[in-house]
Parts: sequence; C-alpha cells; structure tokens
Amino acid sequence: MEDIKMGVFICHCGTNIGGFLDVPSLVEYAKTLPNVTFATDNLYSCSEVGLSLIKEKIEEHDLNRVIVASCTPRTHEPLFRSICQEAGLNPYLFEMVNIRDQCSWVHMKETEAATEKAKILIEMGVAKALLLQPLEKFQIDINPTALIIGGGIAGMTAALNLANQEFKVILIEKEPELGGLLRYLYKLYPTHDDASKVLEVRNLVENHQKIKVITSTEPVKIEGFIGNYKVSVKRRDGIYDIDTGIIIVATGAQVLKPEGLFGYNGSTIITQLELEQLLKENKINVKNIVMIQCVGARNEERRYCSNICCMTALKNAMLIKELKPDANISIIFRDIQTQGTTYEEYYRKAREKGITFIRYIPEKVPIVKESNIEVYNDYLNQDISIPYDMIVLSTPLIANPDSEDLAKMLKVPLEENHFFLEAHVKLRPVDFATDGIYVCGSAHWPADIPEAISQAYAAASRASTIISKDVLEVEGAIAEVDEDLCVGCGICIKICPYNAISMDDNGIAHVTEASCKGCGLCGATCPEKAITNHHFTTKQILAQILASGGK
Amino acid sequence: MGENSNSVLVIGGGIAGIQASLDLAERGIKVELVEKKPCIGGRMAQLDKTFPTNDCSICILAPKLAECYRHPNITLHTLAEVKEITGKAGNFKAKLLQHARYIKAEECINCGICIEKCPMRVDDEFDVFLRKRRAIYIYFLQGVPSIMAIDPEKCLYLTKDACRICEKVCEREAIDFEQKDSEVNLNVKSIIVATGYEPFDPSPLVNLGYKHLPNVVTGLEFERMICASGPLKGHLIRSSDRKEPKKLAFINCVGSRDMKYNPYCSSVCCMYTTKEAMIAYEHDNSIQSFIFYIDLRAGGKGFREYIERGQKEYGIKYIKGKVAKIIEDDDKNPIIIYEDMNTSKMKKFPVDLVILATSMIPNKDTPELANILGIDLDKNNFFLSNAYLPLDSSKKGIYICGCCRGPMDIPNSVIDASGAAAKAAENAIREG
Ligand SMILES: Cc1cc2nc3c(=O)[nH]c(=O)nc-3n(C[C@H](O)[C@H](O)[C@H](O)COP(=O)(O)OP(=O)(O)OC[C@H]3O[C@@H](n4cnc5c(N)ncnc54)[C@H](O)[C@@H]3O)c2cc1C
Ligand SMILES: Cc1cc2nc3c(=O)[nH]c(=O)nc-3n(C[C@H](O)[C@H](O)[C@H](O)COP(=O)(O)OP(=O)(O)OC[C@H]3O[C@@H](n4cnc5c(N)ncnc54)[C@H](O)[C@@H]3O)c2cc1C
Ligand code: SF4
Ligand code: SF4
Ligand code: SF4
Ligand code: SF4
Ligand code: SF4
Repeated sequence: MEDIKMGVFICHCGTNIGGFLDVPSLVEYAKTLPNVTFATDNLYSCSEVGLSLIKEKIEEHDLNRVIVASCTPRTHEPLFRSICQEAGLNPYLFEMVNIRDQCSWVHMKETEAATEKAKILIEMGVAKALLLQPLEKFQIDINPTALIIGGGIAGMTAALNLANQEFKVILIEKEPELGGLLRYLYKLYPTHDDASKVLEVRNLVENHQKIKVITSTEPVKIEGFIGNYKVSVKRRDGIYDIDTGIIIVATGAQVLKPEGLFGYNGSTIITQLELEQLLKENKINVKNIVMIQCVGARNEERRYCSNICCMTALKNAMLIKELKPDANISIIFRDIQTQGTTYEEYYRKAREKGITFIRYIPEKVPIVKESNIEVYNDYLNQDISIPYDMIVLSTPLIANPDSEDLAKMLKVPLEENHFFLEAHVKLRPVDFATDGIYVCGSAHWPADIPEAISQAYAAASRASTIISKDVLEVEGAIAEVDEDLCVGCGICIKICPYNAISMDDNGIAHVTEASCKGCGLCGATCPEKAITNHHFTTKQILAQILASGGK
Repeated sequence: MGENSNSVLVIGGGIAGIQASLDLAERGIKVELVEKKPCIGGRMAQLDKTFPTNDCSICILAPKLAECYRHPNITLHTLAEVKEITGKAGNFKAKLLQHARYIKAEECINCGICIEKCPMRVDDEFDVFLRKRRAIYIYFLQGVPSIMAIDPEKCLYLTKDACRICEKVCEREAIDFEQKDSEVNLNVKSIIVATGYEPFDPSPLVNLGYKHLPNVVTGLEFERMICASGPLKGHLIRSSDRKEPKKLAFINCVGSRDMKYNPYCSSVCCMYTTKEAMIAYEHDNSIQSFIFYIDLRAGGKGFREYIERGQKEYGIKYIKGKVAKIIEDDDKNPIIIYEDMNTSKMKKFPVDLVILATSMIPNKDTPELANILGIDLDKNNFFLSNAYLPLDSSKKGIYICGCCRGPMDIPNSVIDASGAAAKAAENAIREG
C-alpha cells in the first residue's frame, strides 16, 4: 500500500471566504481527517505567495496528495495542477474543493452552518483524494494548417496574418466571391473611404502563396480534434475533405429585412442596406428623408442593440447631405450608439451638418402615414409631424440562418440570439470552449469593420499559439472502455457530445484520447458499466457520497 | 541578448499587456514586459466585479498574473520605464530605466513583518487614497511579483537618512539599500504599447462638488469601497457620518462628451454604473439606485440585456437628465439639481451618496512616451490608430492595444491585445 501523505490548503480568498467561514477551524478540522499530514490556511492561494507556499510544503512534507479548498476548478485547477507538477507531483494527485462559489458566497448570512458545510465538503475532497491515481497526459501531433470559414473582411484579415506568419491557410467562402457584406456598401464610416478600396485586400488574399481560397464552398461535416480536424466541404462538383489543425469561424451576419414594419416596401421605405445601393448608383433624388433607428431591435423579440446601425445612419445621412445640401434629414432614435473617441466626434459632426435628431420612446413608436411621420417627442412633450419622401429603416444585423447547423457541426454553443458564444466573455473573447476553434467578426456579435479586423487578428493570434507547436499535451482525465465488458451496444457513441467514441472492427467501443473531454456522460450511461471515467471513477465518487453522510 | 533574438517588447502590464505577452509567449516568442508600477495588473486589479458577467475581477485576473510570472518566455521588468528606442522594425534597441526596489527579489517572501513595523504612512494610490499604506509596501495583495518595494520618495532612510527599521526586522535580510537605479538594454523585433488610461479628476467641475462634498465619490473610488478586499472591507458606508447609504445616484458622462474637458465618449461608464448599482444592491437589498444619463450606450454582446436586468431585477431607475449642480443639506446629504429631459424643468433630487462616472483619459506621460517611440497621438492624446489597421501605430513594427488607443472595456482590450500579438509576431517573422 502506498503511504499517503495529504496536504490541505484552505484559502481565505481575501474576505470572499475568510469573511464568512471560520477558516482557522476548518484548518484544525482538516488536520483530524485520515492521512492529512499537513494543513494550513492561505490568504490568496492563487497569488504568487500562495503558490510558493504550496510548492514549498509539498517538498518539505513530502506530500503526495494535495487539496486546495478555495474557489472553482473551472478557472483555477490548471494553475494548482501546474504547481503540483513543478513540485514533482503528478498533477492528477491534486483535488480542488469549492468552498467559495458553492459555500461562502451562497450562505453569506449563515456563517456557522456554512462553516459546517465547508467541513463536509473538505471531508469529501479528502475521501476522493485518498483514491486518486496518477494519470498521464497525451501528446498529439499538430497539423500546422488553418482553415477559415467565411471570406468577409474578418476571414480575409485572419487569413493574411496567419499566412504572413508562414502558416498554410485555407479560406472557404460559400458565395462565388470573397468580400462579404462589404461588397454591398458604398462608403465606410468613419473615414468615408470607398468600400471597394478596403476590399482591395482581396487581391492580397487571392495572390498569397500560402493561402488557398476556395469559393462557392461550405462545410457539411466536421470531425476530429484540436490539431487534427477533418472538414468535409460541399462544392458544386462534390464533397471534399480538408485536413487542418485549427478552425476560425468568420461567417458574419445578415441584415434584418423589416417585412411588415413601418410600411417597409423596398421603394420609398427601404433599409440602410438598400440605401447603400442607391448611393452607389447615385440615385438619390428626394428631398425629405427620415431615418428610423432600432427597427426590429431592442424589442421583445430581439432584445439586443446591434451596435452598428446608429453609425451607419449617421454616415448615410452625412453622405446624402454632401450630395444634396438642401436635403432635410431627420434621424428618429432611442439612444445614439457612438462609443469612443472617433464615433462621438462623428455624431457631433452630423449635428453640425444640420441633421435633425429626434428621440422616441418605445412606448410611443413613430407612426408612418402617407406622406408624413408622426412621432411623440419626449423633449417637447408633444407629437410632431415630419414630412417625408423617403424613409430609411435602420435594421439590426441578425445571425445567419444556418448558424445553428454550423454550430452543431463544430459542437460549439450559440447565445440566445444565435450568434456564436465564446468560451469566456471577458478573458477568452475569441476562443470557443472547444480547443482549436475560434470566432471573429459579426459571427460573434454585430461588429463594424475596425472591430471585425481587431477580432480577426486576435483569432489569428490564438490560433497561432496552437499551430506553432509540433505537439500538444492534452487532458489525461478521460474515459476508457473495458474491452471485456463492452457489448458493443453503441449507446456511448450517441451520447458523447464530442464525438470521441467510435466502434472498432471487433464491435468494441473505442475512445479517441485527444477528443475526449472527460465529461463523464458515457460512463454514466453505459448499461454494462464498461466505461471508466478516470479521475471520476465510481469508487472515487461513492467515497465522496459516503463522506458526505450518504449511504 | 543576441542581435537576432526573436523577442517583442511589451510596454504596460495591465490586462492588455498581459494578454499580449501570454499569446506571444505561447506562440514561442520571447517577451520583455515593462511595467512602471511595482506589480503588473493595471486597472483591472482595482475593480471589484466586472460587467457583463459580474465575476470577481481579481479572481479571474490572478491566474493570468501568475501565468505571466511563471512563463519561461516572459521576462518581467517591474518598476521600469522605457527611456529610449532606436532602430527600426525587426531591429529595435530599447533602453530601460530600472528603478531600484531596495529589495532582494529572491529573498523577500512577502511575510509582511516589515510593513507592520515601518513607521512611515503614505496615501495608497492603489486604493485611490481611501487608506494609507507604508513606505515599504506591496502594490496590492495579490500583486505579481509578490514582493515588497520601498517608496524612495517616502522612506525615512532614503529621504532623511533615518530609521532603517525594516532592515532590522526582516529575518531574510531582503532589504538592500545599496540597490541603485540601473539601465537595461534590449534588442527586440517588434514593440507593443499597452499603457492604458487614467481616470479623469472631476475637481475642475466645481458644480459637482467633488472633494468639497464628502458624499460625492468617483466610480473608481466606489469600486474600492464595495470591494471585499478594499479599504472598507466591502461594507459600504459613506465618509461623512459612516452611515450606510440607501439611496445612490450615479451620474454618467462626467467630463466626457463635454467640449470643455473630454469631447469623446468613454465607452464603459454606462455599463459600469449599472454594474456598480447592481453590486450595491447585492450587498444590501434596501439600496435604491438612480442613474442620470444622456444616451445609454450598450452595444456590446449582452449589454442591452444587462441594463434590462438592472431595471427589472435590481430596481435601478434610469433618469434621462442633465445634472446642473450638486449641493448638500445640513446632514451632508447630496441634492442633485438636474434638468428633466422629459419636461425640460429643473428638479431637485436628494440622495445619500453620489457616484461620478468620470472619463477615461490618456496617461499623463503618453506624449513623452510617444516621443520616445516616435509615434503619433490623436487629438485627445491617445495613441493614433487607423480604422482599417486599428492596431498599427504610425510607425512600422510598433503596435498599440487596449485603452492607450482609446477608452474600451476589458473584452475589447483582450481582443486588441491578442490582435497586437498577431501583428507583432507577423512583423517579427517578416522582418526577421
Ligand atoms: C447597411 C450597412 C452599412 C454598414 N456600413 C459600415 C461602415 O460604414 N463602416 C463599418 O466599419 N462597418 C459597416 N458595416 C458593418 C460591416 O458590414 C461589417 O463590419 C462587416 O461586414 C463584418 O465582416 P465579417 O467578415 O465579420 O462578416 P461578413 O461581411 O458578413 O462576411 C461573412 C462571410 O462569410 C460567408 N459565409 C457565411 N456563412 C458561411 C458558411 N457556412 N460557409 C462559408 N462561408 C460562409 C459569407 O458569405 C460572407 O462572405 C455596415 C453594415 C451594414 C449592414
Ligand atoms: C470605474 C471603472 C470601472 C470599470 N469597470 C469595468 C468592468 O466592469 N468591465 C470591463 O470590461 N471594463 C471595466 N472598466 C474598464 C477597464 O478598466 C479597462 O478596460 C481595462 O483596465 C484596460 O486595460 P489596459 O491594459 O488597456 O489598461 P490599464 O489597466 O490602465 O493598464 C495599463 C498598465 O500600463 C502601465 N503603464 C502605464 N504607462 C506606462 C509606461 N510609460 N511604462 C510602463 N508601464 C506603463 C500601468 O501602470 C498599467 O499597469 C472600468 C473602468 C473604470 C474606470
Ligand atoms: S446601434 Fe443604434 S439603431 Fe442599432 S440597435 Fe443600437 S441603438 Fe438601435
Ligand atoms: S467522457 Fe465525455 S467526452 Fe469522453 S468519451 Fe465519454 S462522453 Fe465522450
Ligand atoms: S522584506 Fe523581509 S520582512 Fe518584508 S516581506 Fe520581505 S521578507 Fe518579509
Ligand atoms: S527605512 Fe524606510 S521603508 Fe524601512 S521602515 Fe523605515 S521608513 Fe519604512
Ligand atoms: S459610456 Fe455612457 S457614461 Fe460613459 S461617456 Fe459614453 S455615454 Fe457617457
């Protein structure tokens, strides 16, 4: 029998835990638990001091099991594991107990009971740690190729950067040509450069030695895992397979067509996108123009603000004013969305140019009549009437209709409005939780060109951290099938959300190590109990249940 | 360091500089990260929680700090400044001024004994002057590197040749008054600037009473006041009578969208006032918050929904109105005098505490740094960027990211930072 020496570190998390739980008494309690040879508290376990203390104590007391009772493994387990590893301990001999998110934070008003609960949680951790086994990580080879889906400004920007970093890039676009929404725009805010000028980047992309552009093509099936994806794409003449190390999603968004809203008719009452076309063709020959903001946005159905339509309206209003100085242009808005230095200045310029701004409130939306619009002006506290020859509706960008299919193929989530959902809103804004897949541009959220470009570079950077490596280490806490027990029913194959299980030639299920995330679904489902989920084995979990007072 | 070393200089160790460094380091490129403060972390370390998810700021930042410290490809230069840059893209030479810390980094174990004994009390900049620190100090509790520094302008020994108590009490003999400022020379292929922002001091707006009325504070002060590890230990009280305020007023656009001060919009304050009101409510459900605004700017992912939640679940009231003046009654309760945009009438609105959402402005030393780097500023003194090359400075091989190129939130700073890393890597490879 192995001689188990366990160390327990109990974190104050400043006052996040220490302010509510009696940490010293938890330390004393931990010392009474089986095989605990060392226990102490730590002000901030994840700070440099806290980490050094853990490392020092592992070495000093020759610890071979380590428990940190603190916050959540979601954000902190990798860090603590790497400290154990630095101290010479197998990282899977570490166990984390969450006494913050699941204890001190939720029981702020019952500190005594919360301390008792924390004791039980720690006892459960100890019970599991006694049964922990060292595990090895797997090494996988990385294919240094990037596949980018979508050839708008975002996809093209990411492609060029990666190609200039000397990676092989494949860019697929479902339309016959690159360019995305930009192809339909006239001039661009905030500089009033022609959209066609910005689109010249297409030539660089198409002529780059390291980039292969494939148009009229879209993905139909995606298999594999970080470093080794296989993407089947549909072209006019059939289905082809592409091997790639990473995938960047740059599929953009669409403009809402406001059928049934404010008398939309496509001729006198049009969208901003349709106005861009008229401007391109120099076909504006009306005098009184009214723009209505937030059409089909910020309402019950679509609660969000689309981020770009206020600037688009300001732009087109000013462009018309330049072409036709005698035009009367009013913008009926809710809040003008012009964040930052340049955009706020742009808004000021629009006011100076004589564009009229009228605020409306959602309770009293403007009413479009035959030749005038009636709107309640909350500043004047009365209804006013504005004559029009043309109404331009500012409609939001909405998610592509096929985003759900693509998300399923990639096994990545969408948010409630069907834009792609990143791994962490703040700290991993262009990563997906699934390794090796990234997102940028309007596929992520309505973005204008400067934003789409920054995001594209960001996605390229994140991708390069993977494809610059020859091999990558992946998670060791995964599922394993006992070949003697497996009857080949295939239930695990259907249940696995990461497509990590396949049937081998002998009708036995097999787990692809690099794909398995160790989520545990297969183990819980297998009717023959043929699957072991390492690091969460039945024995370990039962021990925890027993320690919690279960039977 | 050899001529052809493939390395990048990152100036500024806030969340932007940190993210850029980590991406480059993971990409296999060496990073020299220069931070003028004693620890990396930047403004994000000062925030309590962060919108739109309201997770604890330091909790999600701390692992990144540790990662930066431990990464074999990253060299940290704290208490350091860039003094000279010569050369060009692919071959820049940087001269750093490394300020003396007066601490032996390998010896200090952050036991804090010296702090207890140091007699010299100093206003604490990290806690926006709401409490005192000592002349020997750690910049903030979870700071990295997690060692002391001695403030040469305040230390009794360094200013008056007296004391040396810290030296006597430090069992590890970590104090080293012999340390001198020194020069560090580096050779790098690309440079990333991530020097962030400063909060605007609203004292010139005398009508708002900041510094005259005790119960008028700034947004950043409020972050520290409600932070569990802040000077009030998260117990929200106001300074005039140490009572718990129940009625809060937040005033947006203070110093922003104002031709007299900062003509631009600071991008994040509409969101953070909502956040601060939410956190206040979470501390004490009897707190009622009012936000005075001109336009509510919430174009980011989930931001509009966040404001809706503020209204529905936290009872926050949004008042479209221009604040003319803040006065106080005999009990020092602030009274807001504002023009109601719905009736165009002047109204009075008494509250317990006022929070001013002040602008984000460029660091004071930005012009000097622009000069050293030879890059252009925009008319507001942020580093100049271009709409279609948003991360490029006006000089090849130098990239800008985060709030030093304009006000932005943390998600956008992180996006910028990764993006600048991609540009810097591209430059390092192409000009290599
Ligand atoms: C009316 C209007 C005016 C605007 N004016 C401005 C302006 O003046 N300034 C400014 O900065 N921004 C402006 N914008 C915003 C600008 O259009 C976007 O910022 C930009 O298009 C975003 O680029 P993107 O690459 O993310 O997406 P997109 O341009 O939408 O490109 C996405 C690409 O992906 C392709 N794709 C989609 N799905 C698939 C699939 N499954 N497989 C393969 N390919 C796929 C699409 O065909 C498309 O080519 C305006 C937008 C509108 C609607
Ligand atoms: C009150 C308030 C609340 C906020 N709340 C939120 C929120 O909830 N969510 C959100 O997303 N955002 C929020 N923000 C915005 C957030 O603070 C910024 O987005 C973020 O801190 C920007 O990071 P940065 O790295 O660009 O700059 P900074 O955090 O300013 O970091 C810059 C770093 O560079 C260093 N430096 C400066 N000059 C030099 C030099 N010359 N040499 C070397 N180093 C230098 C500085 O010391 C600092 O460490 C808030 C802002 C304020 C004012
Ligand atoms: S950007 Fe302007 S028009 Fe578009 S949804 Fe937001 S507030 Fe409405
Ligand atoms: S543990 Fe989860 S990811 Fe791994 S094979 Fe089982 S179901 Fe799939
Ligand atoms: S300087 Fe000495 S006394 Fe002060 S924290 Fe460091 S080791 Fe402790
Ligand atoms: S010598 Fe300076 S730092 Fe040390 S204890 Fe005295 S005043 Fe404080
Ligand atoms: S973000 Fe909101 S509060 Fe801040 S300056 Fe802009 S409009 Fe004003």
